[in-house]
This record gives sequence, C-alpha cells and structure tokens, in this order.
Amino acid sequence: MTATGIGAPVRRKEDHRYITGQGRYTDDINRPGQAHAYFLRSPHAHAAIRGIDTAAARAMPGVIGIFTGDDLAADKVGGLICGWMIHNKDGSPMRAGAHPALAQGKVRYVGDHVAVIIAETLAQARDASEAVIVDYEVLPAVVYTASAAGTETVIHAEAPDNTVYNWHLGNKDETERAFREAAHVTRLDIVNNRLVPNPMEPRAAVGDYDQGEGAFTLYTTSQNPHVARLVLSAFIGIAPENKLRVIAPDVGGGFGSKIFIYAEETVCVWAAKKVGRPVKWNSDRTEAFLADAHGRDHVTHAELATNAEGRITGLRVKTTANLGAYLSTFSSSVPTYLYAPLLSGSYDIPAIYAEVDAVYTNTAPVDAYRGAGRPEATFVVERLVEVAARELGRDPAKFRMQNYVRKFPHQTPVIMMYDTGNYAASMKKALEIIDYKGFGKRKRESARNGKLRGIGFSSYIEACGIAPSAAVGSLGAGVGLWESAEVRVNPVGTVEVLTGSHSHGQGHETTFAQLVSDRLGIPIENVSIVHGDTDKVQMGMGTYGSRSGAVGMSAIFKAVDKVIAKGKKVAAYVLEADEADIDFADGHFSVKGTDRKLDFGSCALQAYVAHKFSGQDLEPGLKEGAFYDPTNFTFPAGVHICELEIDPDTGVTKIQRWAAVDDFGVVINPMIVEGQVHGGIAQGVGQALLEGAKYNSDGQLVTASFMDYCMPRADDLPSFDVGMTVTPCPSNPLGIKGCGEAGAIAAPPAVINAITDALGHEDIAMPATPQAVWRAAQKSVRRQAAE
Amino acid sequence: MATVSMTVNGKAVTGVIDPRTLLVQFLRENLRLTGTHVGCDTSQCGACVVHVDGVAVKSCTALAISLEGAEVTTIEGLATDGRLHPMQEAFREHHGLQCGYCTPGMIMAAVDIVNRRGNDLDEKTIREDLDGNICRCTGYHNIVKAIAAGATAMAGGSAADREPPRQAAE
Repeated sequence: MTATGIGAPVRRKEDHRYITGQGRYTDDINRPGQAHAYFLRSPHAHAAIRGIDTAAARAMPGVIGIFTGDDLAADKVGGLICGWMIHNKDGSPMRAGAHPALAQGKVRYVGDHVAVIIAETLAQARDASEAVIVDYEVLPAVVYTASAAGTETVIHAEAPDNTVYNWHLGNKDETERAFREAAHVTRLDIVNNRLVPNPMEPRAAVGDYDQGEGAFTLYTTSQNPHVARLVLSAFIGIAPENKLRVIAPDVGGGFGSKIFIYAEETVCVWAAKKVGRPVKWNSDRTEAFLADAHGRDHVTHAELATNAEGRITGLRVKTTANLGAYLSTFSSSVPTYLYAPLLSGSYDIPAIYAEVDAVYTNTAPVDAYRGAGRPEATFVVERLVEVAARELGRDPAKFRMQNYVRKFPHQTPVIMMYDTGNYAASMKKALEIIDYKGFGKRKRESARNGKLRGIGFSSYIEACGIAPSAAVGSLGAGVGLWESAEVRVNPVGTVEVLTGSHSHGQGHETTFAQLVSDRLGIPIENVSIVHGDTDKVQMGMGTYGSRSGAVGMSAIFKAVDKVIAKGKKVAAYVLEADEADIDFADGHFSVKGTDRKLDFGSCALQAYVAHKFSGQDLEPGLKEGAFYDPTNFTFPAGVHICELEIDPDTGVTKIQRWAAVDDFGVVINPMIVEGQVHGGIAQGVGQALLEGAKYNSDGQLVTASFMDYCMPRADDLPSFDVGMTVTPCPSNPLGIKGCGEAGAIAAPPAVINAITDALGHEDIAMPATPQAVWRAAQKSVRRQAAE
Repeated sequence: MATVSMTVNGKAVTGVIDPRTLLVQFLRENLRLTGTHVGCDTSQCGACVVHVDGVAVKSCTALAISLEGAEVTTIEGLATDGRLHPMQEAFREHHGLQCGYCTPGMIMAAVDIVNRRGNDLDEKTIREDLDGNICRCTGYHNIVKAIAAGATAMAGGSAADREPPRQAAE
C-alpha cells in the first residue's frame, strides 16, 4: 500500500475549500438579474381550494409574478412522479394519486404548495404571499399510520381506502407451518418513529433560462442530478434533456432527502422562462421540516418462531407504512423491496412472510432516509431476536451466533442471495472491544450508584451496491441502477475522472482519486474528480444506497482498465514491440523481458501527438468510458453493541460505550469509512433517543424547528470504538460492499435493546426520551418492589 | 435604508442596507462572503457563527445595523498570509468534516472555545461547549478530536495564529 493508494487514510482533497469558507453550495450561487421565489404553503392538512385571489398580492412592491397550479397545467407541466411500481397481492398495480407541483383543487398536507410568489427580493415575495387570499374548505385530516385505512375521509380519489398497496413477500405456507410447529413464539408490536432527515444545508434551487439558446439550467441541491434531469425532462416536460442542464455543486448533506425531485426545484426552473429572469429559492429550516420527504414511520406486528433447540424457524411481520400525502420519487420501494428482503437479518431462517400495507395520510411525503427500509427491517429482526433470547433464557450473543448464516452463498426466503460474510468474527471482535466479560461488574457498580446499566446488541445486515438493473426492473423500478464513469487522460498525463456518482460529504474527490492514482501509478494530485453537472458527465444514477463505492468505483475501475488497454496499444507502437508483450505496472508500460519502458505521462503524450502510428492503425487520444451494472446486491454486515446507563430518577440515558465492528469488504480509505460509521451511528442514536416528527390530530407538524425536534448534539453522544472485519465482496472488481448507511441501520436496536436490558422489561418506544425512560423506569422500580 | 460601517476580516466595509438585514445576510449578500452559512433560522445550529469583537456570535441573530464599528472575523478571515489557522488544519487532519456545511461555524465556535477555556481541553468540556453547533454528518467523534488537537496546536503556534483576546461586545 502506498501513502495515497487503496487502503490509505488519505486526508481529503476537498477539505481545503470547506475549511476556508470557499465551498460553493447552491445558495452561494447568484445569477445576474436574479429574482426570488417564495412558496405559499397550505396551513391546513387537508382542504379543498375554492379559489385563489392574487390581485392584491400582485400589486405589492417588487412582485414580478405569482403562479398557481392552473398556470403549470396551462403550460402542460406534468406532475411529480413515483418511479417504482409496486403490485398488490392480487397482481393489480398500486393506487397512486396525482402529485401536481402546485396544488390543483386540493391541498393534502401542511406545507403543501399552493402558489409561488416571485419578487425582486425574498422579503418582498414573503410580504406579498401574505396578501394572497386562498378560499379553503377545510376537510378532516387523516394523520395516523395505523388508522389511515379505516377512515371515511379519502385523500386521493384514486385510492378510496387511503391504501396505496397491500403487498407481500415470502413463503407464507412454510411460515405458517413453522409457527404451528414452534416450541416458542416471540411477539412484539413495534413503531418505527417518523424522522426528518435534516441535512444541515437546506434544499435550494436557482433556475435559469437562456433565451438565445432556448436552454434551461437548474442549480440544485441534488444527490443525483442526472435523475433530476431525466424526470424534469421526460416526465415533467420542462425541456428535452439536451436543453436542460442540472448542476448539483457542493451539497451539504443529503441522507436520502436530496434524491427526490420536488415541487420547488421544478417550479423554479419552469418559472425562470416564465418571468424571463433567473429564479432563486432557498428553503428555510421550517420549510425543510414541512416539505422535505420524511423517513421511516412504520407500525408493525412481528413474530419469531423458535424450536426446542433454540433455532429460529420462522419470522412473520405485518407492517403498515405511512407514505404521506403523495408518493415521493422512490417512496413505494422503501417499505417493500428495501425492507422485507432484509428480514432474514444475519440469520438462517427457513420461513419468512411479510405483509405490508402502504397508506396515504395528510402528512409530508415519506421516502428514503439513510438506510431506507433496512433500518426498519433491522429494528424488527434485532428486537425480536433479543427478546427471544431473553424469553428463552439465552445469552443474546450466543443465541445470535447459534442462528447465524455460516455457509455462503445463502439464499434467503425473501429474494436475497447473501454472497459472503463472517458474522461470528464480527461478533467476537465486538465482544472483545466492549469487554463483554466485564459487563456484570460494571452493572453492579452502576447499581451501587443508583443507576440502571444495560447492554444491547445489533447484528445487522444490509443490501447495498444498489443494484442490478435487470433485477430491480423485474421488481418494478422505472430506472436501471448501473453507474457510469469516464476517464479522460490529458496529454501531459493528468487525469479527469467524470463520474455519475455525487459526493455530498462522502469524500469521493479523495477516494475515487486514490483508486485511479493507485491503478495508473500517478500522483494523487494529478487526478481530479468531476461530478454533479449534466453538461460535463454524460449520464449517471447518483449517490444513495451506499452505492458509490461498490457501483460508482467499479465503473471507474472498468474505464481505467480500458485506458490501460489503449495505453498498451500506444506503448506497443512507441516501444516497437508486440502489444501482447506490453506490461503495465507502477505507472510504466514496459516490454516483457527487456528494460524498455514508457511512463504513463509519456504514453498519454504519444497518444495525443499520434506520431508513432497512423490513424488507420489506432485512434489518437486517451479517453475511455464505462458503464458498470452490478451483478448482485452487496451485503455489508456487522455487530454494534451499546452499553448505557439510565438514571431512574431523571430518565436521562447516557451511552457509556459503543463497539462497532463492520464488514464493508475492501476499504479504500479507512479514515473516511470510519467517519461514515460515526455519522450513521449518531443518526441511529438520534432515532432511538431523541428524534421524532410529531403531527397533532389536525395534521399540524408540532416539531417543525430545531427547537422542537431534537437533533443529536455533541454532548448527547459518546466517542465510538470502531473495528472492522473484511470479507471481500465477490461480485464487484474492487471487493467493496459499501458503508454509508450501516451506522443508522445498526444503532437503533442496539440502543433500545440496551435500554430494555437496563429496565428489565420491553415496554418502551422510540424515541426513548428522558420522559419516556423515566416512566418506564418507574415501572421497573414497581416491578422490582413487587418481586 | 440605512448605512452601516464595520471592519470585516481586517478590511473596512460600508453598506447601505435595509434596517432588517441580519449580519449573516450582510456578510453573504452584500460582501459575498458565502463561507458563513444559514442552517436553521432559529439560532440553534451554529452554521452561521462568526466572531464579533473576538467573541463567537450567531450571525443569524444579530442585526447588521447594530454592529456599527464592530470588528468581525469570518471563516474567510481566519487564515493569515495564506497559512491555515491551526484549528482549520486540525479539522482537516482529523477528518472533522464531511459535507462541509456546518464546518465554518464549527471552526469559529471551536476557536472561541479555546479562547474561553484554554488550550488543554478534555472531551467533556468540548462536547458541552459545542452545544450550540449541530453537525448531521460526523457524529461529532472526529470534531471533538479535531478541536482538542487544534487547541493544543494553537498554544504552540505563533502570535499570528491567535485570535485577539476576548473583549466584551459593545
């Protein structure tokens, strides 16, 4: 390993601009003549719009234009789409209501988009919004996940019982038999709490229209600018793709919420032509709470069957998933194909059956948030397994190890073919790191201090490297999930790598350069990564689902292969040798068995001057592209153990130790990978202890600012002990599995298993706030007194 | 409209502004110093932290017009003569940032912690004093390491590396 090669903790190339205030985020971009957009949003969760009177507002100072859904419809601007078709149990397609970018006739959640006001300044646009008169007929609101399907109020005429689909997966008959024959059945009712992703950079958009060229440019906070262009062009109909450029510059975090194509971005780019001015919109934090896609929000009944030997023989779940008021871009896939196929966890479970009902409610749309379906599945599996071990009087670590998948490949009953892994190795290492043997002593010491100490396990698996295009196509995806790369070698041997992946914190400018520098034997400074601009990068599918290493870098790997192959042809002419005799290593092309060689930069120059070969023999230039379509999902897995202490007098929970041992396959940059693990754990701990989006019964979001929605802060978290095990992924050339979501998937059950271990009962829901823990601890105290 | 004059990163600046203009808007929109970010609008997240007369201030909470004559330092003014401030170096060295959006406010808050608490900072002090800054990417683990290291490096650095001593805001 070299100091900058694969496996080295290279300090990030992108950091200089961030630490000096020179980052360039969408809100930092200002176009000449720019006007400002402000969205008038629904104050009601559910209402019919009888009329919108904009006359007074139009007369306000600075107002340039006010548009409503009628204006979009008149321009034939299409609605927002959901790109994943799910079929019901009976084979019929899901029932999706229309999703106009600006409301047409009805508003369906607080924050829904009623009109856009475009003015010279943001303050003027806001002021004018207050003069728009909207005649609402307020309708009853459907708010709660579990009861949405049973109410008379209908949110979309297309879905008469507010149900988007009734879906299922698994081997139902075998599962029912497993439960009939079980020696023991563990049952849990689980609520996976609703979360708001909250990247620190709020969403933003600047739409621009070039009248001379007839072309649009949209600067926006996107994790996948090419998908945004595709949807805005092919489905919404803003402009053909060759007349629409989407630029996602520095993006300040995404966590899934910036995958989706939203109303505001759509309206800004459309309105730029309408008003003949660039149009800028920047979300404030409360708008982000109201209108960014939320995450999670499942209500589940789950059961686990075990036999007399303590082997898990069956698992069944019945989940109701809240998709909010409209189907966001990938929402339908999250509680189905990103959820149920993970219900086997790390375990050899012969029979699994999952039923999922997805419902509409008068709340913000719900879509992928870090982990997307996999945290929900992991929470179900790891809570069930922990509780089963307790009910059976088994050590939770040993019970898990007894039931682990140990032979690979392993076909689960729920689609997935696990390719490789060593779950017991991760467990053993995690037990060492946490000092499991010393836990009893530490617990007794806590008890002496009046504290309740608990330990909780989470042995997660996830499916990443999303995903083989044919496979996802067969499951209903509207797109293929390959990735593209282009490696452009300049005449002096420096390299630009164009990638369809998008970095919004993941450090691609460093890790991707490490790969290319390592393989071409050139200094890392000579490699630049280009991403986030549809005019530069031809096509790409973007960054989510921990896919940029396993899929994005595999595409780069393939393109580098082609560059080396072409370089060998050039070198053969220059070195006057047979192409078959040319080797490439350490940045040099050489002739086998001789000392004749050509360094990479000289080869590049020869490729461009083209003096040593004719155009008939070989094309000049050194530039190659590749598309990589994965052949399987990847299966990162690991064990996280949380040890915590509860103060029963205050309900305050303090995490004392955290051991994380993850198998991400081959790691390119361990510093960056560990950083991803830390951040994921923090979001998972946030879900378990602090965060919860709450709507009241009228559908008002009562947690719509950082004062009401508790984000994890530095003093809520401990430092983390992070270890790794490695089984290389066999399905991609680099052996990478992916690391971006692991912490958020692993952490919530580890925390709740630790809290319930400390409390001695299972009666606590997320977020386990001090108030909730205090109440639960009183119950523990009463139980102890009764005993 | 009103006129305000202050010193920003060592340069005298004057602006004609709407009286409701916040300091962060003045910095970002009038001076085009876009390193200072807005993350929440409610003084919770700290992405907008700058120093006013040597003290950390959330610039989304201060009216520009109230800062006539103030000395303001933003993230763009922290490096001197092309040399990074030790706290900036520490954030890079310890991977104390991912998406970079909270980073300017984090670094400005971190320097303020050192100014208030000294150069020998334990983890508990750092975590408690970072209460006003939210990061969604890092889980704070590496930020805490970076601040401890940056604090130590600030003690070893030359006077040019130091912030002016703390003064009461006028």
